[in-house]
Amino acid sequence: MSHAHADEHYLQAKGFYNWFFSVDHKRIGLMYLLAILFFFLVAGFSAILVRTELLFPGHTIVDARGYNVLFTLHGAIMVFLFIVPGIPATLGNFLLPLMIGAKDVAFPRLNLLSFWIYLLGVVCVLYALVGTPWKDWLDTGWTLYAPYSVQSSTGVIPITLGVFILGFSSILTGLNFTVTIHRLRAPGMTWHRLPLFCWAIYSASLIQILATPVVGITLLLLIMERIFGIGFFTPALGGDPILFENMFWFYSHPVVYIMILPAMGVVAEILPVFSKKPIFGYRAIAYSSLAIALVSFFVWGHHLFVSGMSYWSRWVFSLLTFAVAIPTAIKVFNWISTLYKGSIRLDSPMLYACAFIFLFTIAGLTGIPLATLATDVHLHDSYFVVAHFHYTMQGGTVIGLLAGLHFWYPKIFGKMYNELASKVGFWMLFIGFNMTFMPQFLLGYFGMPRRYYDYLQEYADLHFMSSIGAYLNGLAYLFIFGNLIYGLFKGKAAAKNPYESLSLEWTVPSPPPLTNFDEVPTVEDWTYGYASEQNA
Amino acid sequence: MSAPGTFFHAHEEDPVEAYQNFKFGMWMFLATEVLLFGGLFAAYFIFKYRYHELFVKGSSHLDWRMGSLNTLVLLISSYTMAMAVDAAQRSENQKLIRNLLLTLLFAATFLVVKGFEWIPKFNHGIYPGTDIYFSIYFLTTGLHLLHVLIGMFFIGLLAVRANKGRYNSENFGGVEVGGLYWHLVDIIWIFLFPLLYLVGSV
Repeated sequence: MSHAHADEHYLQAKGFYNWFFSVDHKRIGLMYLLAILFFFLVAGFSAILVRTELLFPGHTIVDARGYNVLFTLHGAIMVFLFIVPGIPATLGNFLLPLMIGAKDVAFPRLNLLSFWIYLLGVVCVLYALVGTPWKDWLDTGWTLYAPYSVQSSTGVIPITLGVFILGFSSILTGLNFTVTIHRLRAPGMTWHRLPLFCWAIYSASLIQILATPVVGITLLLLIMERIFGIGFFTPALGGDPILFENMFWFYSHPVVYIMILPAMGVVAEILPVFSKKPIFGYRAIAYSSLAIALVSFFVWGHHLFVSGMSYWSRWVFSLLTFAVAIPTAIKVFNWISTLYKGSIRLDSPMLYACAFIFLFTIAGLTGIPLATLATDVHLHDSYFVVAHFHYTMQGGTVIGLLAGLHFWYPKIFGKMYNELASKVGFWMLFIGFNMTFMPQFLLGYFGMPRRYYDYLQEYADLHFMSSIGAYLNGLAYLFIFGNLIYGLFKGKAAAKNPYESLSLEWTVPSPPPLTNFDEVPTVEDWTYGYASEQNA
Repeated sequence: MSAPGTFFHAHEEDPVEAYQNFKFGMWMFLATEVLLFGGLFAAYFIFKYRYHELFVKGSSHLDWRMGSLNTLVLLISSYTMAMAVDAAQRSENQKLIRNLLLTLLFAATFLVVKGFEWIPKFNHGIYPGTDIYFSIYFLTTGLHLLHVLIGMFFIGLLAVRANKGRYNSENFGGVEVGGLYWHLVDIIWIFLFPLLYLVGSV
């Protein structure tokens, strides 16, 4: 470890100070990765407990209130601590400066501050969830719907404060990335040469900047409601709980695109590399990210179709929600066209990328009956919704994150994982995931409502199957992460560019040196000029 | 102990680039502020639509003269802030410090007037939660007040740094970005004033 500073790669720094006070985007990204994967496992474990309760009808391991606490734990940790920071804070932090030929993000210290703020928010959220005696654990669900969140005696104020703080972290990260992409691109890295992952991060960042403050004010109002009784969300005082729903979803619907857009960006990077073909429809994919970000602000009402909403509002929100399908389908068709006649290699990153397309298409298509007024009346608040958003969040975002982790693993850690084991893990996950959530589409369609700890005998078989799938799903994650961790210690050293990608991040050594590039690179072409035998 | 790439040893940036980044970042941040207040404005319009009479009655308890005075005070403070930026860009340090302190003075005046408005209301038993109108009134003016305080903190910081001779025609980004923030605080009040004080008079 006695290299000169210039040759030192970012992983070589040792000690608490060099990491916790590091302004290096790669170290910050890695610290975020550790944090969010830890919370992913915690929240995943609570999902296992939820599914265990649902193995059989009636009381299995917890009572009704205990069940409320468990699904609140699962939802709140997954959403706020894992999936919102998700891909941008981890892979985005690590890769964005490397991909655009920059030494760091625009505001390195602000980047570190975002991470610290994230940790502060984590403390508040965990206090509300598990920091008090069991009878006071939060039981409102992650959505904190009024009026129950105004009445509940559990830790609504600490979690609200925590989510407010986490929102700050998210805003600052989005702001940092936006300025970085606008201002720090290397010479020749024009907007139309920008890697699609960066376009996706950019679009997600815009949502982070513009939607998060609205949930911020909503949460402040909820705190004020509980402290002063301002009455905004309390009908007895002249307020309206549906106002809370509107304001909450004005953020929380766009936020699902903060989660999914970066995953779409990961897939767009992987497909051309493993098809040895230029990405098909580069501009269509790039601009469809922006289009999704734009439309995302005008569809929140579809969460309120049965909550009390005028006929015309429902009609308009339904139409606008259908509009999301257009840029999304543009992406899917262009990805598939990229595969067409390519020289496809089914390495594990590519397996994940293909699974993303398959699962996300199911997620998107099952969104349509939920956006349709007549069918939504039946499906609303049923297991159909649960299955739908797990196909987007797990089948989309988590699979996208895993695709990215496997793809950039050699760059991030300078090691290789075991390819065979990662394929085994992938198939366990793919089967386990579908076995968990495919039955839930049917359960919802047959009328099983969500958030119930008990159910009628007629739903027993499908619930049992779903729970068994969840165990396989959970095992798959342990196997996958075990393999990745094993690779850190026993994996063989990775080459600079094992997958022969043309993107800038692969031109630096693995792991990258502290200052990324010795000299600022000049970009002369886009990053997707792959040639296969067919189109050479 | 500290190595390159840690908080106190970040690599050097080109000052012009840093200035441009900083300004861009602040504009983005102002967008988030607009959306933050936007949520409150949305609540205002919904409840105003539902409880028009309540809003007219509540508004009649406010003194439009005090509101006008504070509007004037903030507008002048925006002017002195703009003069401070101008002074920084011309390397006129004394003028910069003077204008920053004047801005602080006007901001403090705003707070005092606000105090004269709030305290009698508390004495009459009017609080957030008294009714929807006064909840809106205290929340919007309270959140705005918080922004005035944050603005004052940063203007004070600028004054201290200006006193050390940090700003000149080569390096005025901090003052300019601080000014951007202060103008936003001003403009939010420009919207709040008619919505809260002048409801019944149209």
